[in-house]
Amino acid sequence: MTTDVDQTTTAATLELHDVERIRADFPILGREVNGHPLVYLDSGATSQKPQRVIDVERSYYELNNAAVHRGAHTLAGEATELFEDARATVARFVGVADDEIVWTSNATEGLNLIAYGMSNASLGRGGDAARRFRLGEGDEIVVTELEHHANLVPWQELAFRTGATLRVIGVGDDGRIRLDDAAEIIGERTRVVAFAHVSNVLGAVNPVAELVALAHGVGALVVLDACQSAPHLSLDLAALDVDFAVFSGHKMLAPTGVGVLYGRSELLNALPPFLTGGSMITTVGLTESEFLPAPMRFEAGTQRVSQAIALASAIDYLGEVGMARIAGWEAQLGERLYQGLVAIPGVRVLGPAPDAAAGVERVGLASFVVDGIHSHDVGQFLDDRGIAVRVGHHCAQPVHRRFGVTATTRVSTYLYNTPDEVDQAVAAVADSRAFFGVA
Amino acid sequence: MASRELESMYQHVILDHAKEKHGFGLRDGATGSSHQINPTCGDEVTLNVYRAADGRVESIGWEGQGCSISTASASLLSDIVHDLTADEVTERIAAFRELMQSKGAIEGDEDLLGDAVALGGVSRYITRIKCAMLPWVAFEDALGLTPAR
Repeated sequence: MTTDVDQTTTAATLELHDVERIRADFPILGREVNGHPLVYLDSGATSQKPQRVIDVERSYYELNNAAVHRGAHTLAGEATELFEDARATVARFVGVADDEIVWTSNATEGLNLIAYGMSNASLGRGGDAARRFRLGEGDEIVVTELEHHANLVPWQELAFRTGATLRVIGVGDDGRIRLDDAAEIIGERTRVVAFAHVSNVLGAVNPVAELVALAHGVGALVVLDACQSAPHLSLDLAALDVDFAVFSGHKMLAPTGVGVLYGRSELLNALPPFLTGGSMITTVGLTESEFLPAPMRFEAGTQRVSQAIALASAIDYLGEVGMARIAGWEAQLGERLYQGLVAIPGVRVLGPAPDAAAGVERVGLASFVVDGIHSHDVGQFLDDRGIAVRVGHHCAQPVHRRFGVTATTRVSTYLYNTPDEVDQAVAAVADSRAFFGVA
Repeated sequence: MASRELESMYQHVILDHAKEKHGFGLRDGATGSSHQINPTCGDEVTLNVYRAADGRVESIGWEGQGCSISTASASLLSDIVHDLTADEVTERIAAFRELMQSKGAIEGDEDLLGDAVALGGVSRYITRIKCAMLPWVAFEDALGLTPAR
């Protein structure tokens, strides 16, 4: 149950000896795949879990399992307390108040919750308080070209349902969001601006401050997809001044089945609910009902209790290691990965080159094409050496189309990866060219 | 450098077909056509069937973007379809599907499938079976047959 991570150090980054201790906390990293030690470089899709998190989820079922927010017995009290403490842990982790954190099943559900809440407001639900969420013809929803399908399709559907127009900020040839385009598109008709903090394909940190300033300048709401940032960077949602944000637990050492929606308190309390039913009401009549304040008005039905508690445990683990040190380590891995890949003939990495002077910050993630070899084949070759990477469009078809490809291979790191693992992946990519006869 | 399983999936005949792409190109006069997408990777194929007046398949033509397995599979398929009756086509598609679902347990009937038996190694890789099946599903659809999943 304990981690030997040195909490006294003030270094801005993890060191290799820290990472070696961290690795020992992750049982799966000890296994072999296809006769080779597992090299797990697919954390952008889902992360692995430390023993402590696995134990916390199991222990909940062994010791505390009961229905939360119902019943008066001791176990119900314990379960409720663990569940609500977990919410407080998440809130502290991203610098917001406890009642601004809503549990969801995943980030996708969080984004749908906002979109359907707005949809319901557009139908008149929520009364005057929900007026600012109403959309109709002439209103505009703005996203960017690099969004994950989860932060694109719900807005497309919201536009269809309400008659609003969906507009898209382009990505430049350099792989960065075009701020000139954003300044042109975001205007008085804009009601919502939704974008990713970090692209799950391009690997660069997007200009949140600039986009927030443009959106708030015209009174639009900002929705931040933090799925690829919350696990890897220090995240202060209050400081970023976004109105809503989502992220998912399974990408940050926690189990699947739990995600987080953040919303500014006054917004959450004005937004009409998405899913309705038990646990989210105050008074239920036969023909209409009154709802609880946020966050519970958005938590209808039985909640994902063990997963939420395990997510809090994962956050404690990340906090003990230190998010700044994780970010520092992954920036080094990302740089090594980027430079290693671009040095291979016939390899093109999507997204901007890391350039601190120009303010281009990359995380430990790179998607690339190998001329003459499909990503499935590259990935298969790597898998044969026990190296797990993602292949395909990574749920972001438009940004692949933007760069003229249907699929890429993606290597993505986390706190438990080593420079040697990055080197193994780079070497395998280079070797795949000879195997498939393109070298 | 590569495991025996990987070498078995990527046999020379497969890598050659992935490059040579027999049957590539869509001509006019198709008697049936199908567009299939593998939603997990975005791979796609458009496949035309050209049948004679008596219903026999004269040839197929295809275009698409895909990995070496789906590309080779389309190429290998185009080699074995000439002058087949509807029953013979159905038999070959069934034999290929059985091979793909065999997890490496069967060799595949070369009389029916020709060089396409070389794709048998794919059946050990559950994540790649869809790649190999993609052009066959398009073929089935273009013929108006109900896919037997």
